[in-house]
Amino acid sequence: MATENISFNVLTHCLVPEHHLLSQEEAQAVLDRKGIKLEQLPKIRKSDPGVKVLESIHGPIEEGRVIKIVRKSRTAQEFVAYRLVTRG
Amino acid sequence: MTYGITKRIGSIKFSCLSPEEIRKMSAIKVITPDTYDDEGYPYSGGLMDPHMGVIEPGIRCKTCGCKVDECPGHFGHIELALPVIHVGFIKDIKMLLESTCCKCGRLMLSPEQIKDRMDSMEKMEELGGGTIEKKLFTKDTAKDASGKAVCPYCNETQIKIKLDKPTTFREVEDNHKLTPKEVRERLERIPDEDLRALGIDPETCRPEWMVLTVLAVPPVSVRPSITLEAGDKSEDDLTHKLVDVLRINQRLRENRDAGAPQLIVEDLWELLQYHVTTYFDNQTSGIPPARHRSGRPLKTLEQRLKGKEGRFRSNLSGKRVNFSARTVISPDPLLSINDVGVPTFAARELTVPLRVNQYNIEKVREIVRRGPMADKLDFPYVPGANYVIRADGRKIRITERNAEEVAEGLDIGYTVERQLIDGDVVLFNRQPSLHRMSMMAHRVKVMEGKTFRFNLCVCPPYNADFDGDEMNLHVLQSDEARAEARIIMQVQENILSPRYGGPIIGAIHDHITGAYFLTHNNPRFNAEEAANIMFKLDDVPMPEPFIDETTGEKYWTGRQLFSTILPKGFNTSFRANICQCTNRAECKKGNCPNDGYVIIRDGELKCGTIDVKAIGNSKGKILDRIARDYGSERAAQFINQVTRLALGALMNHGFSTGISDEDIPQEALLQIGNNTNEHIDKVTALVDSYRSGTLQQMPGRSLRETLEVSVMKELGEARDEAGDIAGKYLGMDNPAVIMAKAGARGSMLNLSQMAGCVGQQAVRGERLSRGYWDRTLSHFEKGDLGAYARGFCSNSYKSGLTPTEFFFHAMGGREGLVDTAVRTSRSGYMQRRLVSALEDLKLTSDGTVRNTVGTVVQFKYGEDGVDPAKTVRGKAIDLDDLFFEVFGDSAEDFIQDNEKDVGGDYGSLEKDEMEYIEEEGDGEDMDDLDIDYDGGGE
Repeated sequence: MATENISFNVLTHCLVPEHHLLSQEEAQAVLDRKGIKLEQLPKIRKSDPGVKVLESIHGPIEEGRVIKIVRKSRTAQEFVAYRLVTRG
Repeated sequence: MTYGITKRIGSIKFSCLSPEEIRKMSAIKVITPDTYDDEGYPYSGGLMDPHMGVIEPGIRCKTCGCKVDECPGHFGHIELALPVIHVGFIKDIKMLLESTCCKCGRLMLSPEQIKDRMDSMEKMEELGGGTIEKKLFTKDTAKDASGKAVCPYCNETQIKIKLDKPTTFREVEDNHKLTPKEVRERLERIPDEDLRALGIDPETCRPEWMVLTVLAVPPVSVRPSITLEAGDKSEDDLTHKLVDVLRINQRLRENRDAGAPQLIVEDLWELLQYHVTTYFDNQTSGIPPARHRSGRPLKTLEQRLKGKEGRFRSNLSGKRVNFSARTVISPDPLLSINDVGVPTFAARELTVPLRVNQYNIEKVREIVRRGPMADKLDFPYVPGANYVIRADGRKIRITERNAEEVAEGLDIGYTVERQLIDGDVVLFNRQPSLHRMSMMAHRVKVMEGKTFRFNLCVCPPYNADFDGDEMNLHVLQSDEARAEARIIMQVQENILSPRYGGPIIGAIHDHITGAYFLTHNNPRFNAEEAANIMFKLDDVPMPEPFIDETTGEKYWTGRQLFSTILPKGFNTSFRANICQCTNRAECKKGNCPNDGYVIIRDGELKCGTIDVKAIGNSKGKILDRIARDYGSERAAQFINQVTRLALGALMNHGFSTGISDEDIPQEALLQIGNNTNEHIDKVTALVDSYRSGTLQQMPGRSLRETLEVSVMKELGEARDEAGDIAGKYLGMDNPAVIMAKAGARGSMLNLSQMAGCVGQQAVRGERLSRGYWDRTLSHFEKGDLGAYARGFCSNSYKSGLTPTEFFFHAMGGREGLVDTAVRTSRSGYMQRRLVSALEDLKLTSDGTVRNTVGTVVQFKYGEDGVDPAKTVRGKAIDLDDLFFEVFGDSAEDFIQDNEKDVGGDYGSLEKDEMEYIEEEGDGEDMDDLDIDYDGGGE
């Protein structure tokens, strides 16, 4: 799939933080590091425009995958958050 | 006494009651639409049947045989002649009717779609999806299934269904009304598998149960009748409503059985529906509420639960507690900030439990022996005891008479409820409790009088004043609670506010004026004066005096006295509030002509004036540094000492202010008058040029707007210049000016409005324009655009406003009142919403913020893991401070002028906000928005 499926690539917008799809191994490593279970991650909907852009790059993203979000933070320059893709 | 958990609740599930269940749990079938007969005995089969529990003492329940307090009450039931829709489920019923086939009852989705949906639901559960997500998802499923023209299973053409106001369904095409019976039949047809896809568990809730065939009658104890003084009984609203239901039910049954015309039966059926609906919710929109004979709407089931006065908010979330007191507050500047003065009367009533053990038994016995000492409210205060709880849990009230006996019988393992003594830890609180500093732990100091007293520095966190405010006090009952309160809730631990990383507790009003007199231009004090100031401090030795070279007399300087309370090794420098410099370059540092640059080296005040910027609440730099670098205990000590010292200096100097402080000489008044007239003439000229069309239009503005802007500017200048002229005659020897410049109270604007000119009054930022046709008041000509006609007040508060000016001033003032009233209610409601959204979040030991389920909300608190209370004005480290520490005074050279972005007045904005709220309404109207927030967000 290519980017033309989506009308606008939100990730290019200056107010939208970076989204990265993590591989299963990377996701597991994150969970181990944080000492939490998969379902304890915050959620992101599959219908989220950010996820849709990632889908256009990586192909379909099933539920249960983890997305890494790197955003600019007022308090901590750069902040990394993780999201679990859920149905929606 | 041992406690253990024998059973733990794993989960709770709410569901619908089936008609069979209602019948099964029912103790009696209610048939008689009446309560008591002429003798006052309840009818058997009536609404007060003793099978449903008892409310009168002495009578036994016919179901369980227990007496009033033992019988939990039992449900009864009413068999409805014809089914009736339950209003509470109307949305679900609509959803079900729309998404299923009207003939075969199947969910109108293909089997694959249904399976896909079910799989997604399972997956959602696996990934920790909550009920909210599931609800949203099933709603989506229903939406997908509804609106189909033909059923995919039986090919039946679907007729659209419309919901008419509260409880009637209508087929759109032929306007055929669906009777509840038909609705029920349709719901019965929906197969179990399809219900699961719609998020309904058919095991516990079949949809047809949402159409009632049997009505549960709550126990008598839920709707007790009240006996009035006259002897006649008054029934509960619910009973009244149930009587209506029963009566109509009976008529409906009779008519139906007698084969009455369909029309009559339908009318009665609708009436029954109305009564059952209002029985559940008497505020259903679309139908008139059922009323009492007096015209008061009945309080039925939903009204009992809903809203601020409802069961949830008033009885379940809000509880009344023992060991608490409430009274008027008053100030006591000699108490420590950690103390609270408790009147003896309250102290005798409030108790702390003392466990008796082998070490304290004699002491405790002595306390018990004294008895409750209820009448000994005078000083000196000696604590007694009110209750003794024996090891077996029996509670004995100590009276004067049995005190001796109880004291002798005291044994190890008993608990004695001892009266308050100095040093007990209590919680002190003032409503509205908007932030955590609204409830802090104080140490008790039992005092004479009838009010709670505390140090004035603690006013800002509670937002308290002494115009009649009352506060609450709670006595802690366990050691854990006391320890926790002392370590995290005590006043000194809350000096630094998490709202802005600065002190919220600090010197206010007179303390600042006092500190100004103590330090401004370094005054000299002779032995008597110095002693008078210093004796207010305990344990601070008098510093070595200076010797006057000419007279040979001993003297002490103000800076010297102030330095005694600074910690050794304390260094700082900053610009004081009285500093007149407009930018950093202008500052002459130590040679400031106004003594406006504070330099402290090794705990010695070298130069500068101590004012708000040094010790004030929210701005005090010295306070801020001490609290941060030397700990809360030292900060508390500093606040206690600096306020006493300041008050000492103020009392030594003497201070008063009055309207005569704004007296200015005749020549100044003349000057102001001339100046104002000049500006008003200019305004007249502007208006003239506007009329003649010679006014130069500003870019982006209409001609009229141009006029308004230039007039506002002109008149603004008029006021400022009047203020400047007045200010010139009000020197630094004027008490009002001292207060304004030192930051204790009032501002130069306030003063110039009193002495010079009140200035232009405005509503919504514009000159006044509304009132009569083309004019504000009938005192002016139509279309007058001049200064006076549009709300300019050239008089000062002191000289007095003219009648028209007074009216304009009231117009401007009213806007402010309305604004604050609106703001308090809005912010109160917003706070309520925010708190209910955030109340279950908690910061865990690994630095993540999580909710009660354990789901991460933020991976690191605030993204940097920094406690805002420990920040420097919101920044994790104060680099300037670090530079000074490392490089000493040479750091000055490379510290950039960043005062603007730091904003030396951190917190002042919030303070102003708070003061607004304080002045009006006192947060009372905070709760006037009694909106329930769970209502479907449609």
